Amino acid sequence: MIPACPLASLPRGEALRLDVDPPIAVFHTDDGEIFAIDDTCTHQDASLADGWLEGCEVECPLHASRFDLRTGKVDAPPAKRPVRTHEVVVEDDTIYVVPSDAPPNLPPGVTLKGEA
Amino acid sequence: MNTVCVVGASLAGLLTARALRSQGYAGRLVVIGDEPHRPYDRPPLSKDFLKGAIGEADLALEGEDEEPGIEWRLGVAATHLDATARRVTLSDGTSLAADGVVIATGAAARTLPGTEGLAGVHTLRTLDDARALRDDLGTARRLVVIGGGFIGAEVAATARELGLDVTLVESGPAPLAGVIGLTMAQAVADLHEQRGVRLVRGVQVTEVTGTDRADGVRLSDGTHLPADVVVAGIGAVPNIAWLRGSGLELGDGVLCDEGGGASVPGVVAVGDCAAWWDPVRSRHHRIEHWTGARQRAVVAAATLLSGGTARPEPARPAYFWSDQFDVKIQFIGHARDADTVTVEEGDPAGGSFLAVYRQGDRPVAVLGVNQVRLFTRWRRQLETAPVQAG
Ligand SMILES: Cc1cc2nc3c(=O)[nH]c(=O)nc-3n(C[C@H](O)[C@H](O)[C@H](O)COP(=O)(O)OP(=O)(O)OC[C@H]3O[C@@H](n4cnc5c(N)ncnc54)[C@H](O)[C@@H]3O)c2cc1C
Ligand code: FES
Repeated sequence: MIPACPLASLPRGEALRLDVDPPIAVFHTDDGEIFAIDDTCTHQDASLADGWLEGCEVECPLHASRFDLRTGKVDAPPAKRPVRTHEVVVEDDTIYVVPSDAPPNLPPGVTLKGEA
Repeated sequence: MNTVCVVGASLAGLLTARALRSQGYAGRLVVIGDEPHRPYDRPPLSKDFLKGAIGEADLALEGEDEEPGIEWRLGVAATHLDATARRVTLSDGTSLAADGVVIATGAAARTLPGTEGLAGVHTLRTLDDARALRDDLGTARRLVVIGGGFIGAEVAATARELGLDVTLVESGPAPLAGVIGLTMAQAVADLHEQRGVRLVRGVQVTEVTGTDRADGVRLSDGTHLPADVVVAGIGAVPNIAWLRGSGLELGDGVLCDEGGGASVPGVVAVGDCAAWWDPVRSRHHRIEHWTGARQRAVVAAATLLSGGTARPEPARPAYFWSDQFDVKIQFIGHARDADTVTVEEGDPAGGSFLAVYRQGDRPVAVLGVNQVRLFTRWRRQLETAPVQAG
């Protein structure tokens, strides 16, 4: 379990990028839900934490594919593959992320730092 | 509606076909494309694909778990349309009658007159073009790019990254000036010069020299620039020649209403070939950008299925991106509508900045250069503002 931040420091509508390998984005939706997904878009090297959060979806800041934060599913090209999702736990007013053990769907040309 | 025929098997055609399915159309869906390939993505052709960073499989627009029952007819061109009968004639001699027709034939690169048959002269629009250019750049030392639009500027940047000696010839005052305005185009020109692209501005190309193969470019001031490869990035023309005599109104593209409906019922047009009515500027306007095709595919499908009664949401302002070197350029809106432009973040000299274009107090366009996060916020603001069509 990775501590992300105190709950109070991630207001609704905001996102946070965790510099793990690969990076993880944590979102606090306007409805008060918290989700974590891989930060890197599955199309190219864009940070989804820089994207636009709307409801339970984030729109990639570069080419506007939208990912469902609950399932990781993508709506339309240019991205084709879902983004990996992670479990979020809030305990003692702190947000934690439980990293998934599924393989990430990194875009072509982007590798894990450990494998670079 | 029992049969819909989509002409053009690329971005706009695929996305409209998908939108028809997701909006409930369950009939026969035929997609006709003159290229032999399944739909692929063009933007990387001047960027990562040309550089060799990604391969052909990465260009596919379809995911693995596709496709919503599409009958593909690839490698055949549509040669004629009878719009009233909605009958499409194909290059293999067959024809197809449909209840609805989607025109998504895109655009073709404009070629330099007088260079036909001269090896080493390229345009870049298709996968086949990109393969040929990539092969040619692999053995070349000097590249001259004619035209400082997006494709010219991107090819120049990619070739520079591949280590070539690159000269970009632009007849105007700076590359991209027509789209992002002169002040900001100057900042982008500086980025190129700092990274070793030689810029030649304000001159015309009078001739590509060479007998069988190009060996250089002659300019209107008499200069001769030697070159192993020449790329002409001088714009694109809509693929509408096949629609002459179809009964559809044509201009710079297929003339459509603000929902993508063409001048004859049961026919819509979308993507680079289509000039939709822009109610804010009271004129037809052709958009040649990726997200334009994406947003309008959904609208065009609704127009077709509703028989033209669906009322489209006001169009969003045009957004596009361009990657040049390590620089991500993003732009939304119309620079021409602006009377001022101010840098609101960063510094053009530092290679990362955001500029806002205003008409009076109202933002009408935004340029981001390596400012992805901030640009996203501005983009949203412009997209949700009410009077910003186009
Ligand atoms: C090299 C390059 C880089 C680009 N980079 C960017 C970028 O960075 N950002 C951005 O926003 N946009 C970019 N674009 C623009 C973007 O790719 C286009 O806006 C988009 O491809 C338009 O899609 P379309 O389906 O309307 O047309 P097209 O992609 O042109 O597809 C039309 C298809 O129809 C076929 N066709 C034509 N005539 C017929 C016929 N008679 N019968 C059957 N088939 C026919 C064509 O062969 C083609 O396959 C770039 C384009 C190119 C070429
Ligand atoms: S990088 Fe996210 S859609 Fe292209």
